[in-house]
Amino acid sequence: MGQTLFDKIWDAHVVSSKDGFPDILYIDTHFIHEVTSPQAFDGLRKRGLPVFRPKQTVATADHNVPTWDQHLPIKEELSRYQVDMLTKNCAEFGVELYGLGHPYQGIVHVIGPELGITRPGGTYVCGDSHTSTHGAFGAIAFGIGTSQVEQVLATQCLLQSRPKRMKIEVNGKLQRGVGAKDIILYIISKISAAGGTGYAVEYAGDTIRSLSMEGRMTICNMSIEMGARCGLIAPDETTINYVKGREFAPKGEEWNKAEAYWKTLYSDADAQFDSVLTFNAADIEPMITYGTNPGMGIGITKHVPNTVDVDPTEQRSYANSLSYMGLHDDESLLGKPIDYVFIGSCTNSRIEDLREVAAFFKGKQKADHVTVWVVPGSKQVQEQAIAEGLDKVFESAGFPLREPGCSACLGMNEDKIPAGRYCVSTSNRNFEGRQGPNSRTILASPLTAAAAAVTGRITDVREMLSESEFA
Amino acid sequence: MSTKTFKHLKSTAVPLPIENIDTDQIIPARFLKATTRDGFGNNLFRDWRFDEDDEPKRDFVLNNPTYEGKVLVAGKNFGCGSSREHAAWAIADYGFDAVVSSFFADIFKGNALNNGLLPVQVSDAFLAKIFDAIYADKDAQIEIDLEAQIISIVSSGEEESFEINAYKKACLINGYDDIDYVLSNKELIEEFEKQ
Repeated sequence: MGQTLFDKIWDAHVVSSKDGFPDILYIDTHFIHEVTSPQAFDGLRKRGLPVFRPKQTVATADHNVPTWDQHLPIKEELSRYQVDMLTKNCAEFGVELYGLGHPYQGIVHVIGPELGITRPGGTYVCGDSHTSTHGAFGAIAFGIGTSQVEQVLATQCLLQSRPKRMKIEVNGKLQRGVGAKDIILYIISKISAAGGTGYAVEYAGDTIRSLSMEGRMTICNMSIEMGARCGLIAPDETTINYVKGREFAPKGEEWNKAEAYWKTLYSDADAQFDSVLTFNAADIEPMITYGTNPGMGIGITKHVPNTVDVDPTEQRSYANSLSYMGLHDDESLLGKPIDYVFIGSCTNSRIEDLREVAAFFKGKQKADHVTVWVVPGSKQVQEQAIAEGLDKVFESAGFPLREPGCSACLGMNEDKIPAGRYCVSTSNRNFEGRQGPNSRTILASPLTAAAAAVTGRITDVREMLSESEFA
Repeated sequence: MSTKTFKHLKSTAVPLPIENIDTDQIIPARFLKATTRDGFGNNLFRDWRFDEDDEPKRDFVLNNPTYEGKVLVAGKNFGCGSSREHAAWAIADYGFDAVVSSFFADIFKGNALNNGLLPVQVSDAFLAKIFDAIYADKDAQIEIDLEAQIISIVSSGEEESFEINAYKKACLINGYDDIDYVLSNKELIEEFEKQ
């Protein structure tokens, strides 16, 4: 019987498999950042252990960094201390750090791919749930806890039980104004925030295949929002062309060998999945969320569900969720005034996202009452955006291009949404207080967020696109 | 080096019948700036527990003296969202030894097991019975026998078995540590790297 893509990669990384024990899985690259690593380095110190393979460990500062005046010392004391700790730990243990001021600094899930560190067939972990992003290259990549960060630092391996395999196929042509973010919000709204738990999810079908690498990363990024262990997409020409020539991508003979191997990475036609789901691209509208988990999403023209239609065991939580959001049963969100727009995060801060929203903002102004934060995912994305003049477009629209970091996705830096305010956000989570205590997050695609920035209201972006735009 | 152990527990329980409790609720991001593992219990469920003036919210269960104990009983899909292990640290630091739910998010479950905090996954029906028992009698005792993999409601004698990975069970009972185990395979790792 054939193998799934996931199993091919897993099997190639098993150091030891023993009955009754989880497998010892070899990790090709371990990404670390300032929030989930200090206790792990402390653990190594207590055990008297070095970092086992420092050259396979890549560090950046992202969660706590300011997105303005980055050249100045970080104002917030604890944030500065955590970033300083990372710098000290990396120096002590011999780990390369792309910290503030480094040309490669940025969100960990943005820099791995853009530097050519993330490649097909590899295994990647990080103390961050959105590590699932890297699966877009046809790799196994997942988030881990700090004890596991310590384990990988100490051994370059991870004890892991093999998850079940799910295939999610999306076929057909997307409507105008509908993109990768809408696809994944749609899938999660259909299968719930727990629907993928226990699974490695392979995304397939001609709609997925038609997406750019950026779009594929957006899809895989949010695999964790359905509870999945990881998401992945078989590599193809799009993948190979993206990796080729990047800073740390293989070169010369190494490249030829790698490319030949990558072409073997797909699920065999007779491979068995534990679960298979199929969706039709034409059914997908621009999506928005109305609730307090990413599974609570609807097409932009649809209405908030009525509590009576919700699973009886969840009705109380559901009502609390709507109350938190200041919304009610059967409400339409179209036309609802909003206060903030955040375009950024490891889901949607790549150059393609910035190009797409800049094309939309061109010749338009943001609404007076709306605060707009456009935050690039990395220093390289920022520089590219400036080189292409996107910063000028944003300035003309009434707001500046900021500096790279996780920013208002989780508000560990100064970028927080005030209590009670509505933020249309391209990030990945609408949890209570995620963007600041009592803030209200509405998840959406970059285009839908940009439309809200211009009108000051939740808007169906399709009505603002001319026939030729964003086909 | 050993981790905290878990074998057997008999305790009253704290009910939190909410589904999809994410780790941002368990410990909000702004409290993740610490560089040690200690003290997270102070901010467990911070925004549900305290208002904007840091006054305890009277209607939140942790502020209700009626309910206390070493077992937290919560709705399904507990611990979804961020991989922050700080969530497991906060729950353990506050004084819970076990969390009972009808469904756990993967990463949270792993993080809990690595910190001697036992996640006990029960059926929806048994979870409902536990909530009923606690609401009928705040002193209702929940008993968890890890060796036998059985959770029971002491007053009624109703019980259910629960699943746990055999290796993780041994780790919890004996205080084994994953890193010691993986490092004991160092030669295999080095052989693998030569491939």
